[in-house]
Amino acid sequence: MAPDGVSGTIARGEADVTVPRRRTGSLARLARRRSTIAFLLALPLILIIAGLVAWPATWAIYLSTLNRRMTASVGLDNYLFLIESETFRMVVWQSCFFAITAVLLKALIGFWLAHMLHTIPARGQRKWRGMLLIPWVIPPALSTLGWWWMFDPSYSSINWILNVFGFPSIPWLGTPWWARIAVVTVNVWYGAPFFMIMYLAALKSVPEQLYEAAAIDGATGLQKLLYVTLPMMRNIIAITVLFSLIVTFANYDIVRVLTNGGPRDTTHLFATYAFQVGILSGHLPRGAAVSLFMLPILAVAAFFILRGVSRRAREMM
Amino acid sequence: MAQVSLRRLTKTYDGGVAAVKAIDLEIADREFVVLVGPSGCGKTTTLRMIAGLEEVTAGEIRIGGEVVNDIPPRDRDIAMVFQNYALYPHMTVFENMAFGLKLRGFPREEIARRVDRAARILGLGELLDRKPKALSGGQRQRVAMGRAIVRDPKVFLFDEPLSNLDAQLRVQMRTEIKAVHQTVKTTTVYVTHDQVEAMTLADRVVVMNQGRIEQAGPPGELYANPATRFVAGFIGSPAMNMIPARLVPTAAALAVALEGGPTLPVPAERTARYAAHVGRDLLFGIRPEHVTEATRTDKPNLAPIDVTLDVVEPMGMETLVHFRLGRTSVCARVDPQAAGAPGEAMRLAVQMDRMHLIDPATDRVL
Repeated sequence: MAPDGVSGTIARGEADVTVPRRRTGSLARLARRRSTIAFLLALPLILIIAGLVAWPATWAIYLSTLNRRMTASVGLDNYLFLIESETFRMVVWQSCFFAITAVLLKALIGFWLAHMLHTIPARGQRKWRGMLLIPWVIPPALSTLGWWWMFDPSYSSINWILNVFGFPSIPWLGTPWWARIAVVTVNVWYGAPFFMIMYLAALKSVPEQLYEAAAIDGATGLQKLLYVTLPMMRNIIAITVLFSLIVTFANYDIVRVLTNGGPRDTTHLFATYAFQVGILSGHLPRGAAVSLFMLPILAVAAFFILRGVSRRAREMM
Repeated sequence: MAQVSLRRLTKTYDGGVAAVKAIDLEIADREFVVLVGPSGCGKTTTLRMIAGLEEVTAGEIRIGGEVVNDIPPRDRDIAMVFQNYALYPHMTVFENMAFGLKLRGFPREEIARRVDRAARILGLGELLDRKPKALSGGQRQRVAMGRAIVRDPKVFLFDEPLSNLDAQLRVQMRTEIKAVHQTVKTTTVYVTHDQVEAMTLADRVVVMNQGRIEQAGPPGELYANPATRFVAGFIGSPAMNMIPARLVPTAAALAVALEGGPTLPVPAERTARYAAHVGRDLLFGIRPEHVTEATRTDKPNLAPIDVTLDVVEPMGMETLVHFRLGRTSVCARVDPQAAGAPGEAMRLAVQMDRMHLIDPATDRVL
């Protein structure tokens, strides 16, 4: 019997088959294998991800190790410079503050809205749902322009209303804290409907009988919320928060339109600061370094949230 | 421990659909009452009104003498087992059973003691740390019962608790429910559409139809003396035969002339009871087990009829034979040895002292 170096599964009685023919046979078998077919079917997606995600990411990492003119490697100097820069430390702080407060407020307001909608009978619910979704479907750059006018120091309609009730005008975009509040407000206004719609779907999926069982077990409305609704929605809440955390952390358009990072760089986020450093100031490698700083922060959050999600899904589904 | 009383209890839904129509029912302390009827008869609505999950349109519900119409479910001191169990999927078996006690502020040791006791009664000891997802249907059902038992409530309410189980498990759980009631002895209202469940479990069966109570009584009483055509047809499997008939006078007493069949003598002691209905079109009701092979001699009042068998269904300990009388298909239960083959003639005997006459105009049993 000829030495069988191709496959251990070839049936006996094929010993007379010549070696080249056996090669093509094994190639055909390889092509027929399920894992091969699966790989081939996934290949277009793998190429897209490699081309649009993996390659730019690798390139960005390489870029961040170059000098300003991109002629020589400077190692980790760009990162070290950023860590020592007071402005960048403020950007990190502001990004965290912005993302955490905005996501928290969006989650709370979204949850509250979803609960309100859930109690409206199905027929009236649709028009309210539609109206409440409007902020989320307007392109944020445009809606932020609208907010910018409302915050404008000379023509602010919000200030006008405050004045009507006898309150003084507020320099919305002119002082660091008011500007931060303004940026968070617009982001919450834009993002809360997304939370609302996700939570509404989750609320609808909680079986009515669980509430009835809880009512008979002696639960008050608040206890039903704490012991039935929230635990049943935990996975949706976790995934929505993670998703929103990533998107909010990487937000660009709202800050760019509303404050452009000002006053005195106090409202800059990673993305706007990276744009300012990399494009406006022409230091591409350092801009790349700024945006790469986001990665470890988000990775840690994603790891913990997704671990909880998959554990609960295993136990409950 | 408490009695439950329903007085003129009515439920009308928003669209004007009357689900329960002014029913009256007194349930004694420790009694096991089963509400049974076809779907849409109002039995579940009645149960949910007792639980407080459904608003009462009119009438009143008393639990332990206290009117509870406007008392929320949590203050009624009741426990309920749902059709789909309604276990909290994110809690372990222990937490599911302990939840009601925890909300009521029981001390931790007391909760553990009660859950342990219920787990022992229901054989759940090893499952206490599992989540409902990891349990079989029967085990989930037991946890749902455990959740009710630990509370030691005034009343247990069961809403079709066995309908999601397979046939074998259903019979087993039925026995367990009965055993639990014999141990715990709490007033119980149990809803089912399965008349066998109703007959086997109940101290008293309440047959409901179209929002009304057709008849209430001990299982044997309902079986032997149904008050209405509906009860006669609903209780018992296979169902009671109902053959169009006419009451005719004979020399000695009365007889029923079956449509397309023989005339059978009515037992003498019923003459007075039926006298007023002579000559009217009625329905002759007889259960399959009261139509047997004619060779049987241990039964009194046997009236012989000769039939041609259409279908023969051997059941093991007995055989069901079907034959036609006029337009009506009739079922009889005979000894497997005595049953003929389809197409063959057979002499059967009707046990006339078990007959019923139903007035088709009022649907009442005469």
